[in-house]
Amino acid sequence: MLKIKNLHASIEDKEILKGINLEINPGEVHAIMGPNGSGKSTLSSVIAGREEYEMTDGEIIFEGEDLNEMDPEERAHKGVFLSFQYPVEIPGVSVTNFIKTAINANRKAHGKEDMPANDMLKLIREKSEMLEIDRKFLSRSLNEGFSGGEKKRNEIFQMAILDPKLSILDETDSGLDIDALKVVANGVNKLRREDNAVLLITHYQRLLDYIVPDFVHVLVDGKIVKSGGKELAYELEERGYDWVKEEKTV
Amino acid sequence: MELKDKLISSFLAFEESLDPDSGLDDMRNKAIKDFESLGFPTKKDENWKYTSLNAVLKHDYSVFPKKEDAIEYRDIKKYLIHDIDTYDLVFIDGIFSSHLSQTTHDKIDVCLMSSALNKEKYRPVIENYYNKVAPKSGLNSLNTAFAREGAFIHIHKNKLTDKPIQIINFATGNESALLLQPRNLIVVEENSHVQIIERHQSLTDHPVLTNSVTEIFADRRAIVDYYKIQNDNASASLIDNTFIDQKDESNVSVHTFSFGGKLTRNNLNFYQNGERIDSTLKGVTIIEGKQHVDHNTLVHHIEPNCESHQDYKGIFGETSTGVFNGKVVVEKEAQKTNAYQSNNNILADDKATINSKPQLEIFADDVKCSHGCTIGQLDEEALFYLQSRGIPRKEARGLMMYAFANNVLESVKIPEVKKRINKLIASKLEVDLGFNL
Repeated sequence: MLKIKNLHASIEDKEILKGINLEINPGEVHAIMGPNGSGKSTLSSVIAGREEYEMTDGEIIFEGEDLNEMDPEERAHKGVFLSFQYPVEIPGVSVTNFIKTAINANRKAHGKEDMPANDMLKLIREKSEMLEIDRKFLSRSLNEGFSGGEKKRNEIFQMAILDPKLSILDETDSGLDIDALKVVANGVNKLRREDNAVLLITHYQRLLDYIVPDFVHVLVDGKIVKSGGKELAYELEERGYDWVKEEKTV
Repeated sequence: MELKDKLISSFLAFEESLDPDSGLDDMRNKAIKDFESLGFPTKKDENWKYTSLNAVLKHDYSVFPKKEDAIEYRDIKKYLIHDIDTYDLVFIDGIFSSHLSQTTHDKIDVCLMSSALNKEKYRPVIENYYNKVAPKSGLNSLNTAFAREGAFIHIHKNKLTDKPIQIINFATGNESALLLQPRNLIVVEENSHVQIIERHQSLTDHPVLTNSVTEIFADRRAIVDYYKIQNDNASASLIDNTFIDQKDESNVSVHTFSFGGKLTRNNLNFYQNGERIDSTLKGVTIIEGKQHVDHNTLVHHIEPNCESHQDYKGIFGETSTGVFNGKVVVEKEAQKTNAYQSNNNILADDKATINSKPQLEIFADDVKCSHGCTIGQLDEEALFYLQSRGIPRKEARGLMMYAFANNVLESVKIPEVKKRINKLIASKLEVDLGFNL
């Protein structure tokens, strides 16, 4: 589904990613872990197409197509979804109106008519119940005045609605208390299928207790220095990141 | 001949054509003399620093238009708020169109300025209110000298006007260039309420310049809601001069929606002659191309315990220019004044310009006055967020600008007007609203 080969990326001429290789197949959950400043969020931004980042080398192939030349919205239409670490507040646009606009923009990109109002309501109701989202919440301005937990829950709500092929969850666990974390993780797990995949970006192992990854990769200084199964996450939790760094130098 | 000279020399002929008993001869004579000495404003005037009338004054305007073409309701329906019942005052090339209008004299007077100026029964109102609140300026004097038609609205005491009043001035293509000078007088007596929608609409590509003067008097506890829809075509320019005199506990709001026209200048002055008065001034400006919109506001707090709320939002595309000059004066006696002013602007293109100038003159010491002004571009992070959900960049920009402008509409009290403005904003921003309005 996703093939990243020798990915180099810079922001303002500072190289952050220094040759990433990663392959994600349908049905898989991958976790990228790493210390602060290792390039985790850069990786998610580059895949989603954030403009400030420049890809200087390598390629990102998604479903056989090169993402590099695509605008962020085109990537979304292909089925790439990024759950933001810091979701943006947009005053004046309600959650419902935003969701409707997003759904119909995606449908339009695939040559489909607007979703009928009844289907839209049903979909919104179904997914908001799954994520235990209050109806009142839907008429509020997007992310404006939301608590950290509400923002993250809203991200997963959008993911549930848009039903992407690849979901990148950037530090989705940060700012969540344990109950909210369970709701969010439960939502993500319910959305897992044989034909979609999840890329978790996280600093801590905590989230991985609830969304169990098939593969764990350790990102240090812009490179994946170690890959393994889910047990690698526990090892990192116990021993920190220093031993991986040392292993790398040796 | 320059327009100023042409106007002065045509005044004599104009005066002779009028009914000599109207009692306004002295006023007109004085006004034309004032215009002769003051002339049109230039960029040397502090209040006109960012707006030049040169380009709109260069046309050879016809001052006395020929009789109107026959215009049918179907030609103008789209310019009216037609999905609600309203009183309508329709003027075509400055001349009242009785077959397109709906007037009344049933406890309220919604009729023509020309009849109010000439009929004895209106004499007391004219004597008390006509040309009383409009300050002396070249443009006001010019209007006073030539004014003979417009809306005359008199709401008697304790009267809730049963439906909104629309005042619409159409310009047709009869003349190669046309100068219009409508004159409106709105007197709302104690404890009465009226809602007014005003529009200037050119039906031709010929140049049209409108120099309009509107005087509004809101007596004790009167409520006046005024909506100005400025969405004229690209060859039409408007100088709107609106002056409001408020008495104790009255509440007056003016919303100005500026989307069309070549050059638009709004001179909007509020004078608070009483206590516990509320004044609201709101505006949404969305322009592009070479359009120019200038909002020049004054709120004069004269007595204690009053409030004023100003909220102007502007989106400027391409090489358009905007001006906001908001002056708030708080006199020494006007303690406990609460004056709020906000002007937020988005420059959608590199070559668009906005000049924003708040002016506060506060002579009282126990007041709350705030003002804020922002000029910015759209937040890139927010655009990326919307794009990452599959909303194309162009639509994402439109959606964000729509959201930015839209909150000014919250205070619009006529739902059909709100809906109409919503649609105008959406079409102006080329947003395909995939959601309910």
